[in-house]
Amino acid sequence: MSRLLGVYALAAYAFLHLPLVVLGVFSFNRSRFTQWEGWSLKWYQAMGADSALLEAAANSVLIALCATLIATVAGTLCAYGLWKRRVPWLSGSLYLSLVSPEIVTGVALLAFYQWVFRFLDVQLGMHTVVLAHVSFSLAYVVVVVLSRLRTLDPVLEEAAMDLGASPWWAFYRVTLPQLVPGIAAAALLVFTLSFDDYVITSLVAGVDSETLPMLIYSTARRGASPVLNAISTVLVVGLGGLILLAERLREA
Amino acid sequence: MSGGILAMRSRSKPDPPAAAFLAPSVLLQALLFLCPLAIIAGYSLLSRGAYGGVELAVSFENYQRLFDPLYGAILLRSVWLASISTLLCLVLGFPLALFIARSGRRKGLYLQLVILPFWTSFLIRTYAWIFLLRDTGLVNTVLTAAGLITQPLPLLYNDAAVVLGLVYGYLPFMVLPLYATIERLDKSLLEAAADLGATPWKTLWTVVLPLCRPGIVAGVVLVFIPCLGAYLTPDLMGGGKTIMIGNLVQNQFSTARDWPFGAALSLALMALVMALLMAMSRRRGGQQAEDLL
Repeated sequence: MSRLLGVYALAAYAFLHLPLVVLGVFSFNRSRFTQWEGWSLKWYQAMGADSALLEAAANSVLIALCATLIATVAGTLCAYGLWKRRVPWLSGSLYLSLVSPEIVTGVALLAFYQWVFRFLDVQLGMHTVVLAHVSFSLAYVVVVVLSRLRTLDPVLEEAAMDLGASPWWAFYRVTLPQLVPGIAAAALLVFTLSFDDYVITSLVAGVDSETLPMLIYSTARRGASPVLNAISTVLVVGLGGLILLAERLREA
Repeated sequence: MSGGILAMRSRSKPDPPAAAFLAPSVLLQALLFLCPLAIIAGYSLLSRGAYGGVELAVSFENYQRLFDPLYGAILLRSVWLASISTLLCLVLGFPLALFIARSGRRKGLYLQLVILPFWTSFLIRTYAWIFLLRDTGLVNTVLTAAGLITQPLPLLYNDAAVVLGLVYGYLPFMVLPLYATIERLDKSLLEAAADLGATPWKTLWTVVLPLCRPGIVAGVVLVFIPCLGAYLTPDLMGGGKTIMIGNLVQNQFSTARDWPFGAALSLALMALVMALLMAMSRRRGGQQAEDLL
C-alpha cells in the first residue's frame, strides 16, 4: 500500500506544481503561440519595455509597502494587547475578517467609502486601496505575532518591571526583541497578500491606481499572452521566495 | 508582614496599558471592517433608487428576492459546485495527507510543497490553467499535434473547469487539518489492528478514517467556505455562463447597480459562513477563534 501511496503523492504534487512549471518554461518560448520553437528572452524584454506594466508594478509595490507598514505596526501592538488582556469582541471581529469572503469585504468597503465621500471631498485611489489592504491583512499579523507571543515566558517582563521598568519600557526592551522573527514573517506575509490581491483591489481602486493584478486579470480575461507568462514567472519566483523566507523566520 | 509588603508592591505596579496597545487596531477594525459591514446591513434594508442609487424606504424585499427562483437557482448552483469541489478535495487530499504523515524525516519538506503553491498568487495559478486549457492552449495543441483530436476540446469556460480551479486552489486547506489529525493518531491502535489480523486497507477503513473525523470536518468546512464565496475562479474559468454567489454580488455592485440587493446577498453569504464555522467549533468541542486569536 505504501508504494501505491508514493505513486499517488507524486501525481498529486505534479497536479499542484506542474501548471506553474509549464507556464514558466513557456515564458521562454520563442513563438507567441503554444508551439515550442526554442528558447528566447524576448517576452522578458517586452515586459521590461511595457510602460503601463511598469507603472502598475510600481503602484503595487507602493501600496504593498504602505499597507505592510500600517498593518504590521498596528497588528503587533494589538497582538501584545490581546496577550495581556482578553478582548472577546476584538478577537471575534478579527476572526470574522479572516473568514469573510473577499467579495463581501470588498463590496462592504466600497459601500463604506462611497458613504464617507458624501461628507468629504475625496475619491477612490491609492489611499482607499491601502486602507482596504490594511483591513484584510490586520488579522493575519495578529495571528502570526500572537502565536509567537504564546511561546514567550511572561515572567521575564514581570522581572523587568519589578526592577523598575515601566510597562512600555518592558515591552520595548524585553518582549519586542524576542518578537522580531514573528513580526518580520508577518510583514512578509502582508506584503505578498497585498501585492497579490485582485478581488478587493478592483472594487476600491480609482482611475489612477491600477495595480499589477488588475492588469494581469484584464489580460487573462482575454485569453493568454506570452508577456503574461513572463510576468507570472517573475511573480511566482519572487513572491515564492518571500514566503519561504517568512516560513524560515516563523520557525526561527 | 512580608505578605503585606508584597501585596503593597503588586498594588503599586501599574497594569500594563493594554488599552493603549489595542487602540490603533480597535480604530482600524471598527472603521474599516465593522462600519462597512454595518453600512451593508443598512443598505440591505433599503430599496434601489431610480438611477441606481439608494432610496430611503425600509423593506425586507431584498431578502425575499433571495428566494426568487432565478436567484435561488444561482444559490443552489453555488452550493452544488462548492460541495462537489469539497468532496473532490477530501478524496484527493486524504491519501496525500496520509503520505505526508508517514514520510518520516521529509515530512516538513513535503508539507511545505503543499503550502507553497497556496501562497503564490491565486490569480496567476488560475491563469496557468487558462494557459493550459483554452482552445489554443497547451493541452489542445499537444493533442492536435499527436493526431488524437481534430477539433479543440471545450476544456475551459464550463462547470468542470470551475470545479478544477476550486480544487486546485483549496486542496491545501484540506490537506493541512487532515495531516494534523493523522499525525496525532495513536500508533499503537494501528499496531493492534495489524496484530489482530487486519489488512492495511481494513485498518485504514475501520480505524484510521473514523479517528480522523475532527480533521475531516475541519477540512470540509475550511474548503467549503472559500469555494462557496468564490469569485475569481468562476469569473475567469467559468466564462460568462457559470455564475456563483460571488459573481452575483459583484454584478449587483457594478453593472446591475442594485446595491441594496447586493448587500442582502453579501449578508446572507456571511451568515452562511458563520453558521458553518459555529457548527464546526461545536463539533470539535473547542473554540476555533480562541485557538487562533
